[in-house]
Amino acid sequence: MSAGTAKLNVTVAEVKPINDLVTRFKFVRTGGGDLPTFSGGAHTVVEMQDGDITRLNAYSLMSDPADRGAYMISVRRDDEGRGGSKFMHSQVKEGMEMVISNPVNLFSLDLRAKKHLMLAGGIGITPFIAQMHQLSMMGGQFELHYSVRNASLGTYAEDLEAKYPGKVNIYHDDQGEAIDLSTLLATQPLGTHVYVCGPKGMIEWVHGTSEDMGWPREAVHSEEFLAPASGKPFEVKCAVSNKVVQVGEHQSLLEALEAAGIDAPYLCRGGACGQCETNVIGYDGKFLHYDHWLTDEQKAGGKHIMPCVSRFEGKTLVLDR
Amino acid sequence: MSKTVFPPSIKSRPVYGELEARAGSGHLMIADAEGAEAILDLAKSADAAFWAKAHIIYIPKDTGRKYSSQLEELGAGQYYAGPSYEAAQSRIRRALLDCHMGTQVYLTGTESLMGQAMAEATAAGIPHTAIQTEHRGSTARRMQCVHCKGITEDVTTDPFECSHCGLSLFVRDHYSRRLAAFQGVRVDAEDPGNIPEKVELFK
Repeated sequence: MSAGTAKLNVTVAEVKPINDLVTRFKFVRTGGGDLPTFSGGAHTVVEMQDGDITRLNAYSLMSDPADRGAYMISVRRDDEGRGGSKFMHSQVKEGMEMVISNPVNLFSLDLRAKKHLMLAGGIGITPFIAQMHQLSMMGGQFELHYSVRNASLGTYAEDLEAKYPGKVNIYHDDQGEAIDLSTLLATQPLGTHVYVCGPKGMIEWVHGTSEDMGWPREAVHSEEFLAPASGKPFEVKCAVSNKVVQVGEHQSLLEALEAAGIDAPYLCRGGACGQCETNVIGYDGKFLHYDHWLTDEQKAGGKHIMPCVSRFEGKTLVLDR
Repeated sequence: MSKTVFPPSIKSRPVYGELEARAGSGHLMIADAEGAEAILDLAKSADAAFWAKAHIIYIPKDTGRKYSSQLEELGAGQYYAGPSYEAAQSRIRRALLDCHMGTQVYLTGTESLMGQAMAEATAAGIPHTAIQTEHRGSTARRMQCVHCKGITEDVTTDPFECSHCGLSLFVRDHYSRRLAAFQGVRVDAEDPGNIPEKVELFK
């Protein structure tokens, strides 16, 4: 179960294709009433009943945090993925009842900042849309730099330019446009915080460049949800529950634990938050750590694993669950 | 005088490190008295390009001209020496206003100097954990009287008399980052007139 996240029963109020890859979903509370408030940058975990498989995917909330009538998420279809986004695109229809988690924010604005510099890549735009709603309501200073593949895949780019004139800068890959990161970072007034959400390479680029330029680590924020990697099936012994669990090729360790009825904590399901950290009692083999949570030392130590994204190859793995 | 080692204390008591030259678009160095030695030590590992981007604001206090010429010779882009923190304050504020993210701030010398400059730098938007500090020189404290709120500088004894209201105050390790001062509490509040003898704790 997810720590402190009660479930919300919602009904799909709208399914709106935005472009070739992205579809927007609007949820209202089933039976009416307000949804809980959230802050810009929060995500919700959507439960999908896909045949025998329960899929749980985290999506950033992109609606106005002040609007408690509905939540909106945007889902980019990933044909190479494990099927969550394909399920959302092909199976979810208006009027369908679904279960989502309470909002959790692992990418919140630092409200001590005097200015918020936002860097988005592709579908990484979604948390910023909620944050810009929040900041414009509070009179906060912000600036968005949004990198898209081309104009037709520039999800919400035109809307945002119209809504926040002078604050939104769009860069089209196909026209050779790119964010001039070093100039951008060199010219920010003191008190600026930078936020990045996008592909892994973009996040590493921003962290690396800002560190080289002397930016304080505390002023650089990022969010990247990892999809659990597929890999060879493996077996895990759970010492506390006294169960032996098989982890399938396209299943994460966390999903396998849940399917076996073991109460495993989680929040982000994407290797970022640290909630699912599990102690390793014994192992004979090799860990495949994919998370952003454990330090390199911990990863090498063989005492901890993040079951939401990481895997194992070898003879035996015994976990404290 | 080398850097000071303070005994372990409560969480609110600031701790200081050792200055090191870091990558940055500029280097704002604020020091008083023996703090000059920390800058001169750092100079052993910094090149001319570093100093070209540096701005040193130095308050010699009672060290007079002892370090001035050595600091001037470092070749900092800007060098200022002033008679007091209060005199330098407007320059510190202006320097913080003009610099950009990526500027490194180095504070060294007395706790009073570091605390006040830290308050300016954090108000300007630099996270306090990103500001380097190194204690050098006097351990005399900047104290706030919790009764009259007046500040007494350079306190060396415990108890001491508040320079504003005259009460005898007990020197606590309880520190305020906002005020850049330790807290002084009336020592004879329970038993008026029973004031312990002064002990020189700080030099």
